[in-house]
Amino acid sequence: MTYSSLIRGLIWIASLATLWSCSEKSATPPELLEGEQLSYNFHIRPILSDKCFACHGPDANKREANLRLDTEAGAFAALKDSPGKFALVAGKPLNSEVYHRITSADPSLIMPPPESNLSLTETEVQLITRWIEQGAKYEPHWAFTRVEKPKVPTIEWGTNEIDRFVAAKIKSKGLEPNSEASSFELIKRASLDLTGLPPSLELLEKYAGFKGGNTYDKLLDQLLSSPAYGEKMAILWLDISRYSDSYGYQDDNIRSQWPYRDWVIHAFNKNLPYDQFLTWQLAGDLLPNPTKEQILATAFNRNHKYTEEGGIIEEEYRVEYVLDKTNTFSKGILGITMECAQCHDHKYDPVSQKEYYELYAFFNNSQEKGFEGDVSVSKPAKTPILWVEQEDLDGILSFINHPDTSKLSISVMGELEEKRTTYILNRGAYDAPTLPVEASTPTSILSFSPSFEKNRLGLAKWTTHRDNPLTARVFVNLIWQEIFGRGIVKSAGDFGMQGDLPTHPELLNWLAADFMEQGWNMKVLLKKILLSATYRQSASISSTHLEIDPDNLYLARAPRLRLPAENIQDLVLASSGLLVGEIGGPSVKPYQPSGLWEAATSGRGVLANYQQDTGNKLYRRGIYNFIKLTVPPPKAIIFDSSNRDRCEITRNRTNTPLQALAMMNDPMVLEAARVLATKLSEKYTKSDQSINEAFKRIVCRELKTEEKELLQNYYDTELKHFQTNPKDAAAILDVGEYPIHPRAITPQNAALMQVIVSLYNLEETITKS
Amino acid sequence: MDKEFLEQGLNHNRRKFLSRLSLGVGSVALGSLLIPDLFSGKKEAEESLMRALPHFAPKAKRIIYLFQNGAPSQLETFDYKPQLIKSFGQELPESIRKGQRLTGMTAGQDSFPLVGSYFEFNQYGQSRAWISSLFPHLSAVVDDLCIVKSMHTEAINHDPALTFFQTGAQVGNRPSMGSWLSYGLGSENENLPAFCVLLSRGKGNGQGVYSKLWSSGFLDARHQGVQFSNSEDPVLYLSDAEGVDKNQRRRMLDQLAAMNELSYQEFNDPQITTKVQQYEMAFRMQTAVPEITDVSKEPDAVVKLYGPDCLVPGTYAANCLLARKLSENGVRFVQLYHQGWDTHDNLPNQMIGQAKDVDQASAALITDLKQRGLLDETLVIWGGEFGRTNYCQGKIAPENYGRDHHPRAFSIFMAGGGVKSGMVYGETDDFGYNIQENPVHVHDFQATVMHLMGIDHEKLIYKHLGRRYRLTDVHGKVVNDLIA
Repeated sequence: MTYSSLIRGLIWIASLATLWSCSEKSATPPELLEGEQLSYNFHIRPILSDKCFACHGPDANKREANLRLDTEAGAFAALKDSPGKFALVAGKPLNSEVYHRITSADPSLIMPPPESNLSLTETEVQLITRWIEQGAKYEPHWAFTRVEKPKVPTIEWGTNEIDRFVAAKIKSKGLEPNSEASSFELIKRASLDLTGLPPSLELLEKYAGFKGGNTYDKLLDQLLSSPAYGEKMAILWLDISRYSDSYGYQDDNIRSQWPYRDWVIHAFNKNLPYDQFLTWQLAGDLLPNPTKEQILATAFNRNHKYTEEGGIIEEEYRVEYVLDKTNTFSKGILGITMECAQCHDHKYDPVSQKEYYELYAFFNNSQEKGFEGDVSVSKPAKTPILWVEQEDLDGILSFINHPDTSKLSISVMGELEEKRTTYILNRGAYDAPTLPVEASTPTSILSFSPSFEKNRLGLAKWTTHRDNPLTARVFVNLIWQEIFGRGIVKSAGDFGMQGDLPTHPELLNWLAADFMEQGWNMKVLLKKILLSATYRQSASISSTHLEIDPDNLYLARAPRLRLPAENIQDLVLASSGLLVGEIGGPSVKPYQPSGLWEAATSGRGVLANYQQDTGNKLYRRGIYNFIKLTVPPPKAIIFDSSNRDRCEITRNRTNTPLQALAMMNDPMVLEAARVLATKLSEKYTKSDQSINEAFKRIVCRELKTEEKELLQNYYDTELKHFQTNPKDAAAILDVGEYPIHPRAITPQNAALMQVIVSLYNLEETITKS
Repeated sequence: MDKEFLEQGLNHNRRKFLSRLSLGVGSVALGSLLIPDLFSGKKEAEESLMRALPHFAPKAKRIIYLFQNGAPSQLETFDYKPQLIKSFGQELPESIRKGQRLTGMTAGQDSFPLVGSYFEFNQYGQSRAWISSLFPHLSAVVDDLCIVKSMHTEAINHDPALTFFQTGAQVGNRPSMGSWLSYGLGSENENLPAFCVLLSRGKGNGQGVYSKLWSSGFLDARHQGVQFSNSEDPVLYLSDAEGVDKNQRRRMLDQLAAMNELSYQEFNDPQITTKVQQYEMAFRMQTAVPEITDVSKEPDAVVKLYGPDCLVPGTYAANCLLARKLSENGVRFVQLYHQGWDTHDNLPNQMIGQAKDVDQASAALITDLKQRGLLDETLVIWGGEFGRTNYCQGKIAPENYGRDHHPRAFSIFMAGGGVKSGMVYGETDDFGYNIQENPVHVHDFQATVMHLMGIDHEKLIYKHLGRRYRLTDVHGKVVNDLIA
């Protein structure tokens, strides 16, 4: 497909979406251009997949009338139930049963049948008809074709290749790109994207106006080399690898997987190429002479839940664990949701139940057990275990922040010596094995070369092979999602038939190809994106934007995105000066409303009661908050974090009153405001100076005159209130464990604290824009 | 509520700002607790189906689900089996067990001796339903109950079984029943969440609860259950810090609105106005929620009805009373969990304690709703995640025994909300082990509950990662026999 026809196709999709959503109200005829060539991938397959494949698709057991529409051979074959008839006849709708069935007025003939609760819109019927007229040409699924680097469009806009692709799309929509954001906006945006922290005053000053040698380019280099970079990137990967600090299930006792978390941060910081990053996690233990670091990385496959409920059936859970590994691999790394094929052939994607268990077989040879005893004999790690000694901590594992001299144990991967035979499990049930299968991968994605070992190492080689069509596409899309709030493919975890189509397919291919050419270099990828003019646009929204592109699919402006939960905590602590910049170590338990763990516990295990930490541990970055699976940290959930129960790759971004309550009343926010207020009032004599600096630390730009007035008035009102009610002043300043000098208990500090609380509650403060 | 105060508090600027959105405070159109994508123009994929909701006239408007966490024994509650008393100590016949899998806790036992209820049973009401002596108060309202003795489920361990009951799947991260109803029907009260969760614990052997049980899964987070706690903050972070009064909070909100408006002028982002709305909603919740959770003004008759425990926050009785108040105020789905029913040993003693916790308040809730004319439109559900074995776990004596998990047959009851009253449905065999007639699978139960709420369970769907999901997966049929 040529580039311009793709563009036309996409305009098309957009207008279709509009039509479809209004389909009940109006039946506007589709704006089909005369001679417009339809694409199977972009126009037809989404309809067939959504409305037809459940009964006429890959699932052989549920196939109706022996008709298969997901393959060319199946669709053009003579109909078995109606001799002499054909579902599709190229160029001839009237000879095609498909046409007659989708246009029939007879409820017993119409497709899809009424009892399916599905129906085709008029537009969809016309598209299919037109497609048949044009020859009903099939195409392989776009995401399953090899990544080829496309030619960059010749359009004069922007700084690098990304912009040429984006500009082409923007122009085709009748939009103009926004102008570049201000330097303060860019400094804040890039800091948040690369380190998850707001820029310090020093950083703002240094790069203000990007003057002299302090260029934007330099800023990016400085941020990318900051250790906070690894902490920022790790959050994404901890969602994918469903990292937590407890075992989950009913007793939910503590475990010690946190050295794996430290490794993820370390791996990002040393910019381990993505192919190796994956290989170590999938098969570090199978590499020749593996280091302890490579074995530690395999904890990736041991982060899922483990039951310690007495009396469970061991094999049921062992199978559950292998299923989780398989599903995490397919969703988080391949971007394909295969869970359906656990029980039956996939209804939409060409993955058979047999292929699912072939993939499952790679993970089925683990030494781990389904059960190692109930909570009364619970240990921080389960077989196979990596033991970390002091000499490792002094050497290759020095990135593990271990606070004492005890030996550490981490659950990791290790193979059985004698291979366990894998069977297809009927309906996915552990006690219903049917046929034995060998380890392999779905052929529709990429066949498994005989040169690969039939173990996890072979799987890693297959995954990171240049011909694997998914791995690189899925990862660059994830990074795009991190930066722009939504992927080029919106369904970042589903690149299959039912997934969303890419808004910029050529750009996705270009980025994926370039990523691999650059040796899977993550920092290079990020820098390229952040250097683009697309990224550097202002986030201001015009009425034209809202009219033509309310969801910002075409990126004629920078997105405005609420920060993830962890980074909200980081922003509050960093801007107040409370943040303890230590990296890694055992997870911490900051302030939390009382009684949450206690209300939900079975009463067994060491996590029955919440034992809040004190001192420095109250001021660590959000990534280090202790995650108890059955009761995840409340603010994390309020601000849409993953609950880490399963592999998640896209967080929601909601806007709720519970978030307002948390920002107004969380002791962490109040304490930060109090500490900053007292600090500033020691530094400055005048309130306007204090307000000025507080604003710059928290909102990361200079105050405007109008804002200055509003804040000063607010301060004066509050000051008057506290002068009349000194008891209130003492009460509100009494928050958090950070010490306060009795001298600092003043109406002035109380008023300044209120102003700072209000700054933390501004929409702009916790928004990347 | 202090309405006048709220409205007077609006300063001129903010009024202007909000009215520009023609969404003044108090007229915010809410589908639920949280403002949906009010301005983004986003359309749900299955919009046309959703627009048809409710699919037919609902019999119930609200649900109060009294979940008995840990699985109360059917054999000491509603399923009277004199045969088990006669066969005390005898081996469970293989012709009855039929290869049913057992948990690891009893699979290793040499013998499976049958044991009958320590508690006597009597028949009550016009329906002549059998109820054990543990439940005198429920016995008195038996003609309001619809007892189902033929429930069965697929899971045999607590976590998956609970998750299955609440979300329709044993794996985690699917939307809970309450989330589905919030998604389908929204809230009736703009100051309260559509889906509230209350926890309590008895003295019996406890199994934890998990926040994934009230998760909204892949649905928007506004459909998530909001957990009410018994600490000073009934909703997380609800109370203002000490030293902050209402006027001060109002001043801060006005300040925020004014500052946010400046930001809106620059960025034009509808999310900014949504944010301002959310702060207003939070402010209203700060007044509305404490009003509801305050039971100090309840008349003596009500306290007497629920029992003195209803004044002790965090007890089952207090939660039942709170559930009535929330429901009365339009909360679509109130989910209680009462823990402590996992009676592997020492069952008679544990049951006495657990029954004492729940009997009076459960009955009181039904009576209270009835007296207020609300029972017809409120569906009350009482039950656990599975049943318990008819054979003894561990040491056996007529007055001291234990029972293991049993998924194949167990009892629950419903009341009000369009179910038949004074009904006993389904029958198990003489051993209380297998269902003999009218089996009701968990998915059938879910389909029926949805039906009572006016929803066709096959049509309330959400498309996520390429697949259409329902509470009932691809199963479930409405049990019409249960519907009045």
